[in-house]
Amino acid sequence: MTVSLFIFLAFVTLTLMITAWAAKKSSGAASFFAAGRRITGWQNGLAVAGDYMSAASFLGIAGLIAFNGYDGFMYSVGWLVAYLTVLLIVAEPLRNAGKYTMADILAYRLSPRPVRAMASLATLTVSTFYMIAQMVGAGALVSLLLKDSGIGYTTAVSGVGLLMIVYVVFGGMLATTWVQIVKAVLLMGGTLLLSILVIGHFDFSVSAFFDAVAHVKYTLNGVPVEQDFLTPGLKYKPPYGALDLISLGMALIFGTAGLPHILIRFYTVPDARTARVSVVWAMAIIGAFYVMTTFLGFGAATIVGRDFIAKNGGINMSAPLLAQALGGEIFFAFISAVAFATILAVVAGLTISASSSFSHDFWSNVVHHGTDRGPYEEVKVARLTAFVVGVVAIILAIVLGPGANVAFLVGLAFAVAASANLPAIVLSIFWKRFNTAGAVAALGAGLASSIVLILLGPSVRGPANAIFPLENPGILSIPIGFAAAVVATLVSGDRSSEEKFAELQVRGNTGLGAEKPTAH
Amino acid sequence: MSLHRPPEWERLAATPQFRHLLVAKAGFVVPATLFFCVYYFALPVLVGYFPEFMSRKVWGPLNIAYLFALSQFLMAWVIAFLYTRAARRFDEMADEVVRMHDDVGGEGRQ
Repeated sequence: MTVSLFIFLAFVTLTLMITAWAAKKSSGAASFFAAGRRITGWQNGLAVAGDYMSAASFLGIAGLIAFNGYDGFMYSVGWLVAYLTVLLIVAEPLRNAGKYTMADILAYRLSPRPVRAMASLATLTVSTFYMIAQMVGAGALVSLLLKDSGIGYTTAVSGVGLLMIVYVVFGGMLATTWVQIVKAVLLMGGTLLLSILVIGHFDFSVSAFFDAVAHVKYTLNGVPVEQDFLTPGLKYKPPYGALDLISLGMALIFGTAGLPHILIRFYTVPDARTARVSVVWAMAIIGAFYVMTTFLGFGAATIVGRDFIAKNGGINMSAPLLAQALGGEIFFAFISAVAFATILAVVAGLTISASSSFSHDFWSNVVHHGTDRGPYEEVKVARLTAFVVGVVAIILAIVLGPGANVAFLVGLAFAVAASANLPAIVLSIFWKRFNTAGAVAALGAGLASSIVLILLGPSVRGPANAIFPLENPGILSIPIGFAAAVVATLVSGDRSSEEKFAELQVRGNTGLGAEKPTAH
Repeated sequence: MSLHRPPEWERLAATPQFRHLLVAKAGFVVPATLFFCVYYFALPVLVGYFPEFMSRKVWGPLNIAYLFALSQFLMAWVIAFLYTRAARRFDEMADEVVRMHDDVGGEGRQ
């Protein structure tokens, strides 16, 4: 396993060099929070893809397909289609009218303090849940991969946490962006290589590959069975399977455009047109990646086999074990290192989104009423927050331990983004009548209903005791978020937000008055 | 800054050029959003409620369900491509609105 450690250390060295370079270049708030708004379209496209493709995508979906065939692949589809919501509806007005955080666009014409306080709460919730899921995953992965080298769960979790603190505290958004870019290139390279090896295993015959996928052999309850893995229904079964799938789709399609760590990426480019270009780049990369999950997942099912994976580390080890079967120890080490890099980059992106929101939204605008306290204080508070968030995440991940059931936390993050953040963002851009009460109600009701439904659902209570039968709450919590927004807006009768609607419309659609990139 | 005088925003928002921009954008974004939502949610609905139909093999071992899932990727890329093309026209229209602001002695693109 020393090869794996070596490759991982090479990645860490490279990213620390990037951080040192970024720290030297960085000065002022726009530099720390938005990389000076000088990131180019393709760079930001790669960074968005890097922020988005987490370990859940790389290890999780490969495993889902390896074990459940078609149903796992269907999971892949929503992750790309979701970017159409980002492209068509959110990215450009956000870049035109905002500054550093998701809440900027809400505070534009609504009362800033209540809206920013709620938006900051939603951002911190989404980021922390998502981060803990990633950290526990990282720790569990390391203890599996490196069990001979003496690096245990606690060391791995602390290491990941410490590195993400260093990237964010010293390098800010510039370092975080380049860590994402390096990771995205590594992940795409590794996935492409693995896909080519899978097809090569079938003598480069796609039809031979799919013939094998149609006849996968494994053991079910002690009995050997043969199964067509292209058939739907292996995972999502009646009575609630179809509803759960639709609910998951809703969380992805409407949640991606409400993920704070994705949204703040659009502040790092010079203008809305570049933001648009970067979404298209991200869609090309993310789409290519998820199409290749066909080869990763079905490859693991046919070449390695479910039985072997189940005995050697479980479902999340499908991709690394496939690499081992096809390319030996060195390739196994490389793919494992790519998985670490993936986790590390994602947690860094989450950390900067949480600390920007706490500092810019909560500290400057809620506690200090938006009075100008100087950009240095905002950056200082953000650095301190990043440190605190990192330490808390390390402690929580260690307390929860490697066996904790954390997969539902990612689902929860998407559900909150779709049910709380997205209604508030979309209605504030498009509905003139929308007001402060509506935004606070959407954020509050979306957040609360997502959490409550997950707590009542099968992920937490187990399938037998579940009060709410679906794993994914979106189908109920998203309408609740929108309904709360509309009802609270109409009931409150406050029309002061209509005054600035024309201004937001003109700015959002033309870029007049938008934040400019900083000078060199 | 003259930009922050409310009447200037109201004036720009009321110009026919800006209204045209909004109508043109909505003319693309609304149908495109409806289309991709219907197309995307057709997948879990068909797979969830009509599994026999979706399992029908149409091309070697490939069934309707798999081909439909693959087509979603193509659909997303095509809409992104069409939007990028349409957006060039929106950009020109937006520039026209910005120029009108310049013409009355504003600061233009800040």
